[in-house]
Amino acid sequence: MNSTTLPTSPAAPRDFALAAPTGASTWTNVWAIAGVVIKELCRRKDFYVLFVLTALITLVMGSVNVFNQENVFRYLKEICLFLIWASSLVIAITTTARQIPAEQENRTLFPLLAKPVTRHQVVIGKFLGCWLASGAALAVFYLFFGLVAAAREHDWPIVNYLQAATLHWFALGVLCAMTMLGSLVFAAPSSNSTIILVVSVSILLVGRHLNKVALKLSEPLQTVVQAVYFAVPHLELFDVRDLIVHDWGLVPWLIWAAAFAYAAVYSALFLALACLRFRRKAIH
Amino acid sequence: MSDVILKLENLRVEYRSRELGQETKQALNGLSLAVHRGEVFGFLGPNGAGKTTTMNVLLGFVTATAGDAWLFGVNVRQPIARQRIGYLPEMTYYYKFLTAEETLRFYAKIFRIPKGEVDSRIEAVLKLVELHHARHRPIKTYSKGMQQRVGLAQALINNPDLLILDEPTSGLDPLGRMKVREIIQRLRNEGKTVFFSSHELGEVETVCDRVAILHQGELKAEGRVSELVRHYKQNNLEQVFLKIIGYHELHDSSNLAGRAA
Repeated sequence: MNSTTLPTSPAAPRDFALAAPTGASTWTNVWAIAGVVIKELCRRKDFYVLFVLTALITLVMGSVNVFNQENVFRYLKEICLFLIWASSLVIAITTTARQIPAEQENRTLFPLLAKPVTRHQVVIGKFLGCWLASGAALAVFYLFFGLVAAAREHDWPIVNYLQAATLHWFALGVLCAMTMLGSLVFAAPSSNSTIILVVSVSILLVGRHLNKVALKLSEPLQTVVQAVYFAVPHLELFDVRDLIVHDWGLVPWLIWAAAFAYAAVYSALFLALACLRFRRKAIH
Repeated sequence: MSDVILKLENLRVEYRSRELGQETKQALNGLSLAVHRGEVFGFLGPNGAGKTTTMNVLLGFVTATAGDAWLFGVNVRQPIARQRIGYLPEMTYYYKFLTAEETLRFYAKIFRIPKGEVDSRIEAVLKLVELHHARHRPIKTYSKGMQQRVGLAQALINNPDLLILDEPTSGLDPLGRMKVREIIQRLRNEGKTVFFSSHELGEVETVCDRVAILHQGELKAEGRVSELVRHYKQNNLEQVFLKIIGYHELHDSSNLAGRAA
C-alpha cells in the first residue's frame, strides 16, 4: 500500500491518563449519531414515496372545488390534516423501530461501540435523529398544506400552523421514545412497529374517554382502566386539528409550554427505560 | 507508567441459554493475559475457543461474568478505555449508504479529533489504504477488498496506540493479505501495539512477537513463537498449535476406532 505516514493526532496524546468524558463530548457523540440517522433517511427511497404520496393527495384535495362551498373545503382540510397525522406517525414509528435492530442485524453496532461511545449515547443519538427527521418531514407537510390552504382561502394563519406543527412534533417525540424502548423489548422491528402503531392510534382515539369508561366498570377493572388512563401518554392533547380546520384561534402559550413539558417528561421516561434495557445487553 | 497496554485477569464469560433445560455455556474460563507496549500479539485458537468472546469483552460488547479487563490501565467497562484503540472486525460492518469519507468523518467526530486536523487525517488514512480515488462513492458500491480497507482506515483514523484486529485477513485475496501484513509491520515499526486473532498460522509466525493459544475457553500456551516451538519440541507454530489442541490424539484415536470397526 501507499507509503503515507500518519500524522499523530493531538486528540490522542501519547503519555496521558485517559480523561473522563465531559458533557460536551457526550453531546458531540449524540449529534454525530443523530447526523447519521438523518443522512440515512435522506437517502432512503421509501421515505420519499410516502412523502410524495401525501403531498399529491393534499394537492388534489386542495384543488377540489365542490359548488364553491366553504364547508366542503373544511372537510377537505380535515382529511388533509388526518393524512399528515397518519403519514407522520408511520414515518416516526417505522424509522425509529428499525434503528437499533438494523444496527445489530447489519452489525454496524460493533465498530460504533468499539469507539468511546456509551450505549445511552447511542440510544439518545438515534432518538434525536429520528425525532429531528420526523420534524423536518412534518415541517414540509405543514408548509405544503399551508400553501394549498392559503391559495384557497387567501389567508395564511402562520402562527396557528406553527403551533399545531410544534404540538404535533412534541407528540412524535413521545412516540419516537416509546418506539425506541419497544425496539429493545420486542424481537422484530415489524412487531414493534405494529404494536406501537396500534397503541398510539388507540390512545389518540379512546385515550380521553378512558376515565369515563372506568366509571362504568366494576372493581377491580375500574382501578385497572383508571391506572391505564393515568399512565399512558395522552397523545390526543397534542392534536389541535380542529383549531385549524374551524379557524378557532391559538392555544394559550402557557398550555403549549405545559404540553412541551408533558411530552419531555414522557420522552425522558421512555428513553431512560430504553437506556437501562440496552445498558447490559450482550452484543455478539 | 505501566508498560502493560492490555490486561485480562481471571476472565470468565458464561452465556445463558434462553431455552428451558439448556445449560449455561462457558465461553471463557479464568483467562489471564498481559500485552505489553509495542508488541504484536497473536491470539490463536480453533473456532469456538473464545477468541471473539475475549475481544467482545475488551470492546465492551459483552460483560464478563467474573474477572476484569483493562486497556491502558482503564477498566473496559468505561467507554473512555476505547479512546486510543482501533478495532477492525472480521467482516466489514459499515453504514453502506455513507461514503468512505463520510464514514471516516463520523468516526473522527466520535474520537473528538480537532476540526482542523480531520481533513489531513482522512487524507492520510485514505491514501494509506489506497481508497483515495473512491472516497466519494457509497460503501455499498465497493468490492469486498475495498470494504475491508475502509475497515482498516476507520481503525487507524484516531492514530491508535493499540489495534485490535479480528481475523484481519479473513476472506482477502493473497494481495490483500500481503497488504494487511505490511500495515501490521509498519505499525509495529511505529511502536504501536497490535492484538490480533488469526487462523493463518504462517502469517502469525511471521509478524508476531508473542502468541497465546486458547482452547475451549482456557489459555493453553503463551510466549514467543521460538520458545513455544522449542518447548513443545515441534518444527513450527502450526505443529505446536495442533499438539496443544490435541489434534494428533484425536486423529490417532479416530484411526484406531476405524481399524477396530
